[in-house]
Amino acid sequence: MYSDLLTWRRYRYLKMGAALLLVSVLIFMFQGVEYGQPANGGTWPGYILGTLGAVMIVWLSMLGIRKRSYRSKTGTVQGWTSAHIYVGTALLIVGTLHSAAQMGWNIHTLAWALMVIVIVSGFVGTYAYLHLPQRMITNRENRSRDSWLQELSDVDDAIRSNSQRCDADLQVQLVSALDATRLGGSFWRHLRGIDSSVLQPAVGQVANNQDQGFLLSLLSQRVPNARERREAELLNDLLSLVARRRVILAVLRRDARSDLWLKLWLVVHVPTTIALLLALILHIVSVFLYW
Amino acid sequence: MYDIVIIGAGPAGLSAAARAAYWDKERGLKTPSYLLLEGFNHSAKTIYRYQKGKHVMDEPGFLALRSDMPFTSGTREAILGAWDARTDDLNINLRRQVEVTDISGSKGAFELRTSAGEQIQAAHVVLAIGTQGNPRALGCAGDEESDFVRYTLDDPAEFQGETIVVVGAGDAAIENAIALAAYNKVIIVNRRSEFSRAKDGNLDAILKAIHDANTDLECRYETSVARLELPEQPGKPGAIVLRRPSGEERVECHRIIARLGTIPPRAFLEAAGIELGGDSIDATPTIDRQLQSSVPGLYIVGALAGYPLIKQAMNQGQDAIDFILGRPVQPVDYPLLQSQFRGLPYVLDAEDVLDLYQHRVPMFRRMNGLVFRELMIESRVIVSRPANACPAQPAGERETHVIPEGSVLFRPGEFGTTFFTIVEGSVELRRGEQTERLEAGQFFGELSLLSGRPREAEVIIQPETILIESPRRVLLKLMNSNPDIREGIDRVFKVRELKMAFEPNLTSEQLGEIADQLKVVELEAGAELFHEGDEGEQAFLVRSGTIAMYLAAHEGVVSQHHSGDLLGQLALMGAPMRRATAIAAVRSQVMVLDRQSFLALVGGRPDKIEALQKAASEQLLATSDLVSMDSGAKAIGFFMQQGLGEATDALIINENLCVGCDNCERACAETHAGISRLERKVGPSYNGLHVPQACRHCEVPHCMKDCPPDAIRRDPGGQVYITDACIGCGNCETNCPYDAIKLSYPAPKKPGLLSWLLFGRGPGPGESPHTNGKPGEGSVKKAVKCDACRSLPGGPACVRACPTGAAKRVSPQDFIELVEVR
Repeated sequence: MYSDLLTWRRYRYLKMGAALLLVSVLIFMFQGVEYGQPANGGTWPGYILGTLGAVMIVWLSMLGIRKRSYRSKTGTVQGWTSAHIYVGTALLIVGTLHSAAQMGWNIHTLAWALMVIVIVSGFVGTYAYLHLPQRMITNRENRSRDSWLQELSDVDDAIRSNSQRCDADLQVQLVSALDATRLGGSFWRHLRGIDSSVLQPAVGQVANNQDQGFLLSLLSQRVPNARERREAELLNDLLSLVARRRVILAVLRRDARSDLWLKLWLVVHVPTTIALLLALILHIVSVFLYW
Repeated sequence: MYDIVIIGAGPAGLSAAARAAYWDKERGLKTPSYLLLEGFNHSAKTIYRYQKGKHVMDEPGFLALRSDMPFTSGTREAILGAWDARTDDLNINLRRQVEVTDISGSKGAFELRTSAGEQIQAAHVVLAIGTQGNPRALGCAGDEESDFVRYTLDDPAEFQGETIVVVGAGDAAIENAIALAAYNKVIIVNRRSEFSRAKDGNLDAILKAIHDANTDLECRYETSVARLELPEQPGKPGAIVLRRPSGEERVECHRIIARLGTIPPRAFLEAAGIELGGDSIDATPTIDRQLQSSVPGLYIVGALAGYPLIKQAMNQGQDAIDFILGRPVQPVDYPLLQSQFRGLPYVLDAEDVLDLYQHRVPMFRRMNGLVFRELMIESRVIVSRPANACPAQPAGERETHVIPEGSVLFRPGEFGTTFFTIVEGSVELRRGEQTERLEAGQFFGELSLLSGRPREAEVIIQPETILIESPRRVLLKLMNSNPDIREGIDRVFKVRELKMAFEPNLTSEQLGEIADQLKVVELEAGAELFHEGDEGEQAFLVRSGTIAMYLAAHEGVVSQHHSGDLLGQLALMGAPMRRATAIAAVRSQVMVLDRQSFLALVGGRPDKIEALQKAASEQLLATSDLVSMDSGAKAIGFFMQQGLGEATDALIINENLCVGCDNCERACAETHAGISRLERKVGPSYNGLHVPQACRHCEVPHCMKDCPPDAIRRDPGGQVYITDACIGCGNCETNCPYDAIKLSYPAPKKPGLLSWLLFGRGPGPGESPHTNGKPGEGSVKKAVKCDACRSLPGGPACVRACPTGAAKRVSPQDFIELVEVR
């Protein structure tokens, strides 16, 4: 009943994209055969490929409009996106054939380079769309992010109320570890899923508490040294709570990272598309100036 | 001794009192001949308790107001203010905070007893007490509703930093206590040693709150209220004295919130000797055309009589007084009836047509005149004529619908919420190759109405035929108030159900006899019909709802049976051992077929037996397919738990494909006046299948159950939607078990695309509107829900806008496919 973007309608647009490619390659093969000219964007097959490429670029960028036309009667967004992927992939070849691999430091090659960036970022996005959702479900063990956040807050509450029965040093360490836990952080840390949590070993000091490591080793050291049974039990309880906290934080971090990747590629894809459209216009106008 | 005592100063009671005052003045009486009693300290309690500034509507628009009390739609304050002013102007003989506990006696000599022990005599009594019931009081001195003692809590945020005692152990008490504990010190007083009446969620929440050291909430178990010490000045704390197992305890507090439930009016009515139409909780009292109950001299008006809209209630209040005083009453709806009957092929006065029709149809004869009149006003009159004699313009609301003879009234597969009665002529019913002719006096369409499943037959109107098409709401009300009619319709329903399931070689009379023998079992969601491993001697025919078959070994559902399906028939075909446990996935009704009736039904039809055997083996094959897919069976079990057994069109998101872009919600908002009717993130998931919070267009929609202006409708395609007639009462929001309906203000209009693009004005396409939480001037909260994009040619926007194909709309028939191919 469900089908993903690539298999949509039994690979309808893979077939169309392949046909488009075949035609383009045939057109490319024509040049040099009859006219004895080297392959170029300025031959008639070159012009056909160029026109085809420009039309494809304009159509591809229309997805942004279709996606926001909520009352549109033209197919589903999924169908459009599936076609977008295959036509975009074909464009990589069509555009390159049009250029006939003649590169230089000019507006024409800039347009080609922007096109390649857009398409490659699109590949990243397609990969992310096809694989990350599943990875996220596995990571969250079929639970919602909210339920993990709820569990984190429950564990934090339990640690906080248990800490009231600890000595002052440990209390500072526990509470400061709760307060100075970082989820996310800088873009880079967020993207790589690095934990930059800290805690206060004593008031005024700061120590690294990555993956709750400081707290876990601290509690593990104190358990055997407990003076009475009640204290040992309390410390053991805290140890298992902090260990659970480490698991929850790791799940949330991985989840946030996948989520970021799902959106990040668009930050490249969309603005570069705008740049590409501008470069395309300049490219076409300047070609007419050669005449 | 008063001539008339009116009980309840709501819209109906006020209107009645105003009329009585008018006649007193006409007759030049010095002392009032009537008395209006109100238990609360303000008139119109239900409206008084609305939140501040709530807009009150005056539906139905087609009905004129006939009352000496004013009423037009407006804010709560404006309406209450107008009523208070008119009450003063007319000098109405009103006594507040007098609660009538008992009515005895008969016409001419009624005796009313009040909670204060006073006795009031009256010749006639008008009951206008509504259906809300009175909150159960604390039962000690000083327990009248005041600033200190409250029986409702509208806004917990109103109180902060106070000590508040909540009395009660039900859901309302628990919810109030927890909400108040956020900013106050709360003590909850429970008469028992545990919270046994609470819902599971509330039980967990209150126990957690009581044991949580950080929440300022304490509980006193096995404790009752001994007495109250009212505050000396308003605003100062008072005290409550509690009777605990260990002795008395005095608790100083700022406020007492008592949530002890309400006393439903039913017991009160029965004690007064008034007959009710049946045993169900929503049964209404039987009243005659003059609004008189089964006790002569005792009149019932307004919501209690089954007329929940303010305008209806006010009209009735006035009419009741005119009837009592023997004044001629020209019904206010007379012009409406005239317009309904204008296209009939004969010229007769509307009142005569009414009498004629009521006598022509056996079922109508069993109704009282008032009820029949209401049925007619709410119904459509359909007349067939030769095609060339039909008007080109389709008829408007409340006009005779003239349609060409031979037109199709409905087709199989269409959802229907109306019921047809044949007054003259006939219709032809076609189901597969079978045809049947229904004649004048018979009815059809009850199957869809009662089971919620789509129409099963095609119905064609014959020449010179007159039909009455009645909406679901009116008919259900009728069935609730009149046992004869309920049984009559039910019998026909059973007979047709059997006919459809078995196509037996029996006459209607023989089938009727079998139907009379059959027991109908009503099952609440989760109730068991039979258990795996038991031996059975019965088969079951599902009338409404869904029965799911569980296999213990797989902890999952291996098949589901919807209304019209036969199950357990193998027990009567040589395999008495039940192979699975049958559990109602939602509230369901099944007909029990014993061996004798089963044999009678299939007797003499070897072909039918063969067909039944074939169907049974197909069922077994499907079951074993699911058994082999362990996770599939569990996933269907999950869907059943989510109540999807009663869905017809549910949104399911495949999380393996969902990238969380929220384009579905945006599409919903953009196509529905800026308010999304679906919440993607909210809702449970199982094995990558997510059931978001959105309408699933139930087979028998819970929301349609109790809509005063009948604003919730269903399209032939099954889409349940809300029309503009919504009065924002919130009944549907409460009745929906899936939280799919919300009351909300309309979203502000978005700026044009260009002014957004060039000047950055307002929210752009797909962005949520900036409301700042404040409604626009004069805007009214109305119920909003998914309408499955019935007005969009392309179908549901949420599904079409999903870039990855994760969102799909499915019906239970697709569940197998859903869990199979993924």
